[in-house]
Amino acid sequence: MAKIQLNGKNILVKTNYSIFDLLKKYNLSNKKVAIEHNGIIIQKTDYKKKFLKNNDKIEVVTFIGGG
Amino acid sequence: MKKDIFKIAGKTLKSRLIVGTGKYKNFSETAKAVSASGADMVTVAVRRINILDKKKPILTDYLNPKKIIFLPNTAGCFNSEEALRTLRLAREMGGWKLVKLEVLGDKKTLYPDMIETIKSTKILVKEGFKVMVYCTDDPLLAKKLEDNGASAIMPLASPIGSGLGIQNITNISLIIKQSKVPVIIDAGIGTASDAIIAMELGCDGVLINSAIANAKKPVLMAKAFRDAVISGRNSYLAGRMEKKYFGTPSSPTKGLI
Repeated sequence: MAKIQLNGKNILVKTNYSIFDLLKKYNLSNKKVAIEHNGIIIQKTDYKKKFLKNNDKIEVVTFIGGG
Repeated sequence: MKKDIFKIAGKTLKSRLIVGTGKYKNFSETAKAVSASGADMVTVAVRRINILDKKKPILTDYLNPKKIIFLPNTAGCFNSEEALRTLRLAREMGGWKLVKLEVLGDKKTLYPDMIETIKSTKILVKEGFKVMVYCTDDPLLAKKLEDNGASAIMPLASPIGSGLGIQNITNISLIIKQSKVPVIIDAGIGTASDAIIAMELGCDGVLINSAIANAKKPVLMAKAFRDAVISGRNSYLAGRMEKKYFGTPSSPTKGLI
């Protein structure tokens, strides 16, 4: 298991868990989102290649209403 | 007559009204107001997604970015780093290069920090972004933004969400006269007549959020703004009559009985 921070919340994920797996778990695969992994933006094509490690910080953002 | 075309960074827009999507009661009202406004571009903010509530709707469930142009903004950013981070994420999300930069300097007035704004504009332009820039109504700073590659100059009419209308008509007019890129009034418009004034001055467009979302009937106000912007533009193109100090009769004086 690895302890990671997802949008500021601590969660546990299995070992060899990718960003793709994480998005699937939270039903976000089909949503318009962007991902930051430890401050670095991850391209969609790399979601399956990026595996989560202990203490990783993930930010998942989307568009909301704004002026 | 030459066709009146509104273009920002090579993109042709049908409407000169751009609307914000914040502050609405719910997404359904947002979508209705956007539709009534006739706008083909809307501003959107970038925020953390709610990961706990998997069924909670998100904006893109109601507004389709394939049908309406999303203009990602940096609302709420108080320095260059935050603004750049936000827009780089926005670009990754939808591939958008056309963005609205807004770097705030003061929490009370929400006035833009122009030093950070100019700094960010330079970096974003270098990275290939097309940047529409929210700014103060200072003509010199507006010129600096244009010189640094801004795709549109977006001076405030008055503070964001204040509804005070255009406070410095002279400065806005100077910015319009000197700018070669579109000038779009952003922030502070309170009601439809404010938008008409902006358009009659020669602004290329207006961006409205609070004046529509905070109206008692937002969808009706969206329609009012749609018509106001068209009307104001037509009035500007038609060219107003001269102002005179004394009366001039509208009916012929010859043949009076």
